[in-house]
Amino acid sequence: MSLLTREARVTYAFVERNFNLVKRYWGWEVVWLVYSIVNALSITFIGKASAAITGQTMTQTEIDQVILYLLLGTLVWHYLAVVFHGISEMIAWERWEGTIEYTFMAPISRFTHMIGSTLFSLLYGLLHTGVILAVVALFFRLDLSRANLLGATMVLVAGSMSMVGLGIMASVMPLLFPERGAQMTHVLQASVLLVSGVYYPIEVLPGWMQEVATVSPVTYVLQGARAAIIDGASFGELLRFVWPLLIIGAVLVPAGVYIFGVCERYAKRTGRLKRNG
Amino acid sequence: MNHHSIALSIEKVSKSFHKGGQRPWPWPARKRNGNGRQEIKAIDQISLSIQRGEIFGVLGANGSGKSTLIRLVSTLLIPDHGTITVLGHDVRYDEMAVKRLINRVSVDAALFKKLSALENLTYAARLYGLDARQAQKDAIDILEKLGIGRNRLRSPLEDMSRGMQQKVAIARALLTTPVLLLLDEPTTGLDPRSKREVQKFVLQLREVHDTTVLLTSHDMDEADRLCDRIAILDEGKIVALDTPAGLRAMVERTNGHEPTMEDAFMALTGKRLVDGEADVEEGEEEEDPAFGHVL
Repeated sequence: MSLLTREARVTYAFVERNFNLVKRYWGWEVVWLVYSIVNALSITFIGKASAAITGQTMTQTEIDQVILYLLLGTLVWHYLAVVFHGISEMIAWERWEGTIEYTFMAPISRFTHMIGSTLFSLLYGLLHTGVILAVVALFFRLDLSRANLLGATMVLVAGSMSMVGLGIMASVMPLLFPERGAQMTHVLQASVLLVSGVYYPIEVLPGWMQEVATVSPVTYVLQGARAAIIDGASFGELLRFVWPLLIIGAVLVPAGVYIFGVCERYAKRTGRLKRNG
Repeated sequence: MNHHSIALSIEKVSKSFHKGGQRPWPWPARKRNGNGRQEIKAIDQISLSIQRGEIFGVLGANGSGKSTLIRLVSTLLIPDHGTITVLGHDVRYDEMAVKRLINRVSVDAALFKKLSALENLTYAARLYGLDARQAQKDAIDILEKLGIGRNRLRSPLEDMSRGMQQKVAIARALLTTPVLLLLDEPTTGLDPRSKREVQKFVLQLREVHDTTVLLTSHDMDEADRLCDRIAILDEGKIVALDTPAGLRAMVERTNGHEPTMEDAFMALTGKRLVDGEADVEEGEEEEDPAFGHVL
């Protein structure tokens, strides 16, 4: 059996396992989906109310632009959150299920382990986000005639690798802190979104936060998605958002794998793989 | 000596955990009462070797170091000192090679309870690079030998009894045809019939597949029945290592009957045995050595 076949089987093992788990925990998945839709609607309605909130007269076009701006922030945040959690919780979930030792004992590289978890998260994230968009679109008249949807997808996929790297780094939290490590990942995620301009242009942030925003991959994803959808930016125009994402991803993924390896060895020296949820 | 005849070699291995002063990484440990961190030696200079095809037992009370020893061999813990090799491969420096040769059944079944037996086994098969379809056929065959019918294979494991879950865990370990099978109290909590089925299967494994087995147990009768040799562990040290008959011969005949393995255990460790578990000394508390928390 070739190495490629073996690695493909291992990768698929995680995809299939996670899919089966989602099926079995479908009730919780529905709850989360409903929550995500409600959350997206709550934020997007702020756009619709922008004239009423500010007391300014706004044209329908301007209101629609604010709606799209906020909606894209919500969708990108949601997609990246699904990817981020899918990877960062691969430890927390296995610890809770009591299977962490079995998975860590298996003859698989940690990189393949993460790729398998990542692949499922990417697919699941796209599906989840698509459903939210479809529902929210029923509530608002969204003018997407100028939108470059494929371009937005390109930006999203390019940004996913960076989120994978961040997610891998975040997954050391439940490895090192069995009791509260999973919750710590939320802090990292929220901080990234804050500095990246999830619901606002980064120019409104304090100067030091704007500096941090330049190294956050989510900044480029949000700006690129908005350029593609709201302004109809072409593929060529979107490249200025894509290349930083590729560079950041190329740094974060191997860095994340390395950091995870260091923390895994620490966990094995101190016996932290043992504890269940 | 032909190293390929030795399935597992453990040489002067020690493993300690730190209690009380432990802080989450990366903060340094807190000193306690001015005396520094308290160190718990879970495994203390243990040496043993297991031949290919042998069933080797490790008996000991809670906290004696049995599970720590299994975890060290499984590559889940890194030894502080000493070396552990599986068929000549060092667990620290040749981890992947060791992982391909071993599999483990722990005292808790360690399965995804919401998934079915088949889903768990298919996942495990893919993890080890096996063809899922063939693995499913093999799994069904193993489970039938362990008394689980095909009609139960697609139900969530949470609908099965603990005994049946443990059998699925055993089937999972056997799917990969490990050279060294680590059984960490595999029959704890099982009913007598399930226990016997599992024990019979372990013996068949050696006869049919020449599998080497390292078995930890509280059950003296089980160890006596299954094992070629037994090591008795107490506070991380081996206090005796011999065949079951040899261990029993170390103990004087009392009350007109031949010494049992339980008699040997109590004589060699100096502990009373209550319901299959040794009492700790009065005033001591059982602790999770990895975290210093009182259990």
